Amino acid sequence: MDKFKSIRAVAAPLPMINVDTDMIIPQNHLRTIERTGLGKFAFSNIRYNDDGSEREDFVLNKPAYRNAQILITGENFGCGSSREHAPWALKDFGIRCIIAPSFADIFYGNCFKNGILPIKLPQEIIDDLMKDAEHGANAVFTVDLENLEITRPDGQVIKFEVDAFRQHCLVNGLDDIGLTMAKGEKISAFEEKQKAQQPWLYK
Amino acid sequence: MTSPRTLYDKIWDAHVVEEQQSGNSLIYIDRHIIHEVTSPQAFEGLRLAGRGLRRKDAILAVPDHNVPTTPDRATRVDSIESKTQLDALERNCREFDVDYIPMMDARQGIVHIVGPEQGFTLPGTTIVCGDSHTSTHGAFGALAFGIGTSEVEHVMATQTLILKRSKNLRIDVSGELGIGVTAKDVALAVIGTIGTAGGTGSVIEFTGSAIKGLSMEGRMTLCNMAIEGGARAGLVEPDEKTYEYIKGKPKAPKGAQFEMAVNYWNSLKSDDGALYDKEVFIDAADIVPQVTWGTSPQDVLPITGYVPNPADAKDADQKASIERSLDYMGLAPGTKLTDVKVDKVFIGSCTNGRIEDMRAVAKVVEGRKVNVAEALIVPGSGLVKLQAEEEGLDKIFIEAGFDWREPGCSMCLAMNADKLLPGERCASTSNRNFEGRQGPKSRTHLVSPAMAAAAAITGHLTDIREL
Ligand code: SF4
Repeated sequence: MDKFKSIRAVAAPLPMINVDTDMIIPQNHLRTIERTGLGKFAFSNIRYNDDGSEREDFVLNKPAYRNAQILITGENFGCGSSREHAPWALKDFGIRCIIAPSFADIFYGNCFKNGILPIKLPQEIIDDLMKDAEHGANAVFTVDLENLEITRPDGQVIKFEVDAFRQHCLVNGLDDIGLTMAKGEKISAFEEKQKAQQPWLYK
Repeated sequence: MTSPRTLYDKIWDAHVVEEQQSGNSLIYIDRHIIHEVTSPQAFEGLRLAGRGLRRKDAILAVPDHNVPTTPDRATRVDSIESKTQLDALERNCREFDVDYIPMMDARQGIVHIVGPEQGFTLPGTTIVCGDSHTSTHGAFGALAFGIGTSEVEHVMATQTLILKRSKNLRIDVSGELGIGVTAKDVALAVIGTIGTAGGTGSVIEFTGSAIKGLSMEGRMTLCNMAIEGGARAGLVEPDEKTYEYIKGKPKAPKGAQFEMAVNYWNSLKSDDGALYDKEVFIDAADIVPQVTWGTSPQDVLPITGYVPNPADAKDADQKASIERSLDYMGLAPGTKLTDVKVDKVFIGSCTNGRIEDMRAVAKVVEGRKVNVAEALIVPGSGLVKLQAEEEGLDKIFIEAGFDWREPGCSMCLAMNADKLLPGERCASTSNRNFEGRQGPKSRTHLVSPAMAAAAAITGHLTDIREL
């Protein structure tokens, strides 16, 4: 997994609430057996016209935001389907960090597994950041995961919180499957005990 | 003495392999169901890392999202990409020796309908699937939740997940449900009350006499939609109805083991005095048949209502969101909901594709004719289909003008050929009315099976109580 220590990048404003995963990547682009190459389909229903041309009014199509790596958005981002294709598409497009008042649980977890940092902040702060982000190419933020700090374009620093284990994995690009496999003995011990109590769960 | 615990706490505590310093726990997973859309990358990940499955006997695979639902499904290919996913599932299951139900098997169907039917879903277990509606299985008093593909791979390799304990949210629905009011209406009314983010970070336990009164099918419909209220999972404590449903199912415990299991399952109840982080009380008598008007399941109203006016919104965000929804849905504020005409009707999905749903539809449409461009009825599994045909329901549907299909997700998410055309409006028994959910620019109104059947007959949204 890609490491995330600190990034300095343009933030794009997406002032919508309840952005669901069907919107992030519609179902007709889920028919893949790969994790890569989905960036061109990110937000496709609101990003392209029917003839496939780009919609000028969609924020990520505007010249200033084409290389945005940060999204500032509204509450309950990522609700709906568990499809990991949503973070895959965002990541492939270049998004590394999403800042919102709240996220849907499954999407939030999926981000960390794919090198994307989701940050929850109170609505009042989001309102300020949203205004910053509206300044096009000048909306450059620094997001530092090691120190849990966002630096706004005017230099003001905002603190944020992230679960320590997730922070550790993301900063170091660690694969948590490997970490868990190291606990094989504990898992076996659990299975032995459970098998004695609930044998019907085992074949 | 331990302090009183909720049902959720009990299942959680029984699955902790290790408490970790970061406040997370390593939780054991008893049951894993996989399908063709969210598993290929997980198998690929295992292969690349040279890992295998920790427990083959804890996985069940069945294709559902992409499968064609027409009678020629064995030879039909709707898209090369769909076929690639379906083939990949079969190949992976063979390579990793996973119990796999092929598309042409009578037991094939939607993951969340197949699990319970096979007795794979059992009380007190932890169940995961790379699909958000895994919450459905909570109807059995199982802790069941959707996961992403990376977690699918994590479970395959380790039979565990690293999780943080959720909050306990209790939703109590007591009293008697009125005539024509179903589990689907309860689910929609709950989401209308708490909102699509109301359950975020929580597991919902549904309690109260109206919940106890629901059949297992109804409880599944209710728990299915817990995720639309933002909750990771829904739970109903197991009881005699639960055991009755499970008894004799192919993968369920048998004989003395069944007795032993029931003994354990009887302990799966929230203790008196157990504390919930939040409690919501709903009077069953207040719930009338529901219908959604917008593009989020929380955009829901009683069928007797009117399309809302953005001018009445509580803040600017909500106003913008209502305007956007109405524009997308092609609805004018103040329109009487029962005046909204529909083009198509879809009955099926893991929310309402079970035998009880089929019977409810048959009851409404028997001896009547559909009055919409297309009315699709898709059983949730091959076993539901067989049962319905045994009861002669298929004849009633076909006679009325319905298209009776093979099992699958179908127009619930329109990944196969079953989809709406741009701008078309559908009364649907599925669970999501998001933009584009039933096809690009599709317009969805979520309703119960009886209400969908009524709309098919009249050609517009209809109060089932008046038909
Ligand atoms: S029926 Fe719909 S909601 Fe259920 S699993 Fe299939 S696509 Fe998902």
